[in-house]
Amino acid sequence: MIPAQFDYLAPTTVEEALAALGQHGDDAKILAGGQSLLPVLRMRLNAPEVVIDLGRIESLRGIRDDGDAIVIGAMTQHSVVEHDPLVAEHAALISKAVEHLADHQIRHRGTFGGALAHADPAGDLGAPALALGAQFVIQGPGGSRTVAADDFFVDLFETAIGEDEILTEVRVPKHTGWGACYEKFVRVAHQWPIVAVAATVRVEGGTIAEAKIGLTNMGSTPLRARAVESALVGQPATEDAVRAAAAQAADGTNPPSDLNGEAAYRKHLATVLVRRAVLNASGA
Amino acid sequence: MTLTEDEMTQAAPDATKEIGKDRRRKEDQRLITGRTRWTDNITLPGMLHLAMVRSPFAHATITNIDKSAAEASPNVVRVITGADVAEEQGGLPNAWPITPDQVTPNHPPIAVDRVVFAGEIVAVIVARTPAEARDAAELVDIDYDELPAALDLKEAAEDKVLAHPDLGTNKSAFWKFDSAEAGTGGNVDEAIAKARGDGIVIEREYRQQRLIPAFMEPRSTVVDPTGEQITMWSATQIPHILKFLLAAVTGVSESKIRVIAPDVGGGFGGKLQTTPEEFITFLVARKLGKPVKYTETRSESLMAAHHGRDQWQKLTLAAEKDGTVTGFKVELLADLGSHVSLVGGGVPVLGAFMFNSIYKFPAYQFSVQTVLTNKTWTDAYRGAGRPEATYAIERIMDELAAEVGVDPLVIREQNWITHEEFPFTSVAGLEYDSGNYEAATARAKELFGYDELRAEQKRRRESGDQVQLGIGVSTFTEMCGLAPSRVLGSLDYGAGGWEHASVRMLPTGKVEVLTGTSAHGQGHETAFSQIVADRLGVAFEDVEVLHGDTMVSHKGLDTYGSRSLVVGGEAIVKAADKVIEKAKPIAAHLLEASVDDIEFEAGRFSVKGTDQGLAMAEIALATFAAHNLPDGVEPSLDSDATFDPVNFNYPHGTHLCAMEVDTETGQVKMRKYAACDDIGNIINPLIVSGQVHGGLVQGIAQALWEEAVHDDAGTLVTGSFVDYLLPTSADTISFDLDHTTSPSTTNTLGTKGVGEAGTIASTPAVVNAVVDAVRHLGVNDVRMPCTPERVWKAINDARGGAQAETVGAAAPHFDESTGMDGTVDRTTGGTDS
Repeated sequence: MIPAQFDYLAPTTVEEALAALGQHGDDAKILAGGQSLLPVLRMRLNAPEVVIDLGRIESLRGIRDDGDAIVIGAMTQHSVVEHDPLVAEHAALISKAVEHLADHQIRHRGTFGGALAHADPAGDLGAPALALGAQFVIQGPGGSRTVAADDFFVDLFETAIGEDEILTEVRVPKHTGWGACYEKFVRVAHQWPIVAVAATVRVEGGTIAEAKIGLTNMGSTPLRARAVESALVGQPATEDAVRAAAAQAADGTNPPSDLNGEAAYRKHLATVLVRRAVLNASGA
Repeated sequence: MTLTEDEMTQAAPDATKEIGKDRRRKEDQRLITGRTRWTDNITLPGMLHLAMVRSPFAHATITNIDKSAAEASPNVVRVITGADVAEEQGGLPNAWPITPDQVTPNHPPIAVDRVVFAGEIVAVIVARTPAEARDAAELVDIDYDELPAALDLKEAAEDKVLAHPDLGTNKSAFWKFDSAEAGTGGNVDEAIAKARGDGIVIEREYRQQRLIPAFMEPRSTVVDPTGEQITMWSATQIPHILKFLLAAVTGVSESKIRVIAPDVGGGFGGKLQTTPEEFITFLVARKLGKPVKYTETRSESLMAAHHGRDQWQKLTLAAEKDGTVTGFKVELLADLGSHVSLVGGGVPVLGAFMFNSIYKFPAYQFSVQTVLTNKTWTDAYRGAGRPEATYAIERIMDELAAEVGVDPLVIREQNWITHEEFPFTSVAGLEYDSGNYEAATARAKELFGYDELRAEQKRRRESGDQVQLGIGVSTFTEMCGLAPSRVLGSLDYGAGGWEHASVRMLPTGKVEVLTGTSAHGQGHETAFSQIVADRLGVAFEDVEVLHGDTMVSHKGLDTYGSRSLVVGGEAIVKAADKVIEKAKPIAAHLLEASVDDIEFEAGRFSVKGTDQGLAMAEIALATFAAHNLPDGVEPSLDSDATFDPVNFNYPHGTHLCAMEVDTETGQVKMRKYAACDDIGNIINPLIVSGQVHGGLVQGIAQALWEEAVHDDAGTLVTGSFVDYLLPTSADTISFDLDHTTSPSTTNTLGTKGVGEAGTIASTPAVVNAVVDAVRHLGVNDVRMPCTPERVWKAINDARGGAQAETVGAAAPHFDESTGMDGTVDRTTGGTDS
């Protein structure tokens, strides 16, 4: 299918990109990896007058160690994140989630920041980013600001990024030595998750010392299962203890009903998947 | 994927013969690298492009169309509505009116005053580029008055809302076969009444969901009217039928039309159609006198290319207490969608002779009511009628086994035709020429590790494992190789079922083979080359197979219904044999011998008892030169043949599937799949494996993943591959496959069709396995596709709605010690979730 006509800009610096965005405002869309935007354009669900491609801004790519956090450039492809040793060591939850994100082709084109900025509630990266307490660095005409994960996801396909701003990097606090598991429930491998659970757990001597759990596709944004997290602390990493805590996994969620399942089924799945993810992350 | 060879049943291939060799497909180099021409690659000087404006409503009156903005859009040449061409556009053909009184709505390519499904074409943009055509399509302003839409098949059958108010009914045709009336068996109602007294009656209602063929290459058509002939390129399975029907509908002389199906990227029956888009492209090209191209988008393809299946199946099976079946009654409702398309009404009729499958049923009755609705029209989809039949019988035979309390294979063996009984005339009146169900089943059980898996299933049930194991059986047969012309005639089909071939000997000794079949992924060029190489004793590489162009292979009935090898291949054999017969007198003359003394073997004509001889290539050159031919012999070896089979052929096989069901989430996972198919003699085992693997996955996909869903307004919800779930290799496992060989007697090669077998067989094997895994929990059906949610709900409903945390221990539903003396309870209905 052929998109409606648009002008194409390919700036090489963030400043140029921001200037273009300032000039075209509402009429412009940012192109990152294009794995969501291009289908939307091709199906003519959206027809921006200008597309600003961030693909040539080298400073937005790459992963670095920054003391107590690792920093992932917004334009870093999923496939790079998937195989990055820093991510594997300090934010294993992200490695595990990216490993099952869409398929190989999409992981080679799609970007870490693009997917998060798109804020699809069924996207695989929101829940891990939320669980790990990621910080989102957003640049605008007045400079940079940092937004906490809890404040980043506003609604369906809506984030804290302003119309004149660009997400430049994501700072992920190190969770070195934490166990991690991304339990993704799908009917076919390349599908968006019906429900997924991102769990990362620190176990000390068989007892759960800390637990952080994110839920995918259980509402209009990624959600934290905070009730489960608190209930787990101090519990033994055993089937029964985790089962009891996981029973609260669907509390406060508002999942969608669609062809893959009604809301009630998704709530049931959340309790099962949280239990499995926590047990797996605990090494139990 | 695993392919094991059974030395007991399949002789080692003769190394000097091409037939039986794992030849890699000669067409794949160009197909895989893309160095070929698909229809959409074709560009002609001055070519114009079309975009279609389609109805967003399932049923509505068109009250006004304002095309002024579209006409003013850059580089738009013409905007055409149905009203503009109402008198000249004609109607799409229905080639198979299944009854004389069939209600068949008019089928204009462009809707004129009313739209009857969401996706129907309402206006056509003609522009200089595809992008400009698409831009202008957005600018056509159409006013609709929405009408109530007939969407639900059962409600539509009651005429509550009419899909076509002018017709007064949604009921298109009622077609019936009754073994008592046909003289092929007893009275089914009597058998059921008797079984209600002293036997078993199983009543079930199964749903065949709506499916989308989802071929890889979207449909595309180019028409060039700038010559003496009008040439159409189209991504079609049926260039010859299309040519004939273009002539019949438009009045253009058949001799002035040439249809070319260049390389075509899949069809699965979805391109066994004459489409509005083809007729519109033809019309516009003629009207404007310029070449015109139309290529659909994937979204258009999913919405407007014909869909498949979509039936409700009401089944009543009567049996004696020991499980011996005494009668089977089948009552179908079949959703035609908005129109009766090319062979749409006939698809359920193709299944009518197959619900009795491999069994010796004394009484059988089949009826189908075809019904019009306001959804995309349906037609052939891989298997066409036979997957529906196989699903119904193989599902209900499992229900009978559960009722009697015996292994599902035992109940089948008790009822099937034994190999000594062939040829066997079935209760549906077909003569099955060959088969050996015992051998295929024994081999499949061995490949599967049947007893071990049954033991594991028992252990899991006893321990109350959260993951339960189910084993599904499908012992299928089908009728394919469409088809004997006389049979098609008796069913009121509009054409015959013969196939044509030509074999041309070129002066250099190379061979050109022309076939009237039209490959779209099957590997005809390779398999037919193997046949001709053996027959004429020439090198495989020296054979060129030409097809898909009505000017090159001028005669044919194209590719569908697993017919190309068994009908088209046989025509090639006959044409090749004629070449040999024509060469013999020339060889005799050149060798100065009597024709009676000439022998032909391995490509060489020799004089009996001497070492004198000439190769086929030498005869070809001598014939071309024509310097020294016997008197009265024409200087040509080229030969034509047309083959009309006397019977269908009947592949069969035993498919065994093991599924794991997570009782906590309803998630299903395939554990093992083993099958032993009997498709007669095999020309190319590698191509056969490809057909079986692909067929299996397509049938498994019906069981687990695929379903075309419309919302309450009649809009297709599964309008992209995000929601219409096609599996990939990541979702399948390695299959354990083998073959037994009972050669068909209806063609000299002894082959049977294999294009549809895997799809026909696998669907019930998978669903039977899913149900078997949770039958002990009280589940006796899960509607397709067996989504995790449906499986989970079925388990919960069976438990009375309680969401038990763990699965309690339960006995298997049968036990060897129970044998055939198990206590019998009458059963009705099913858990439909």
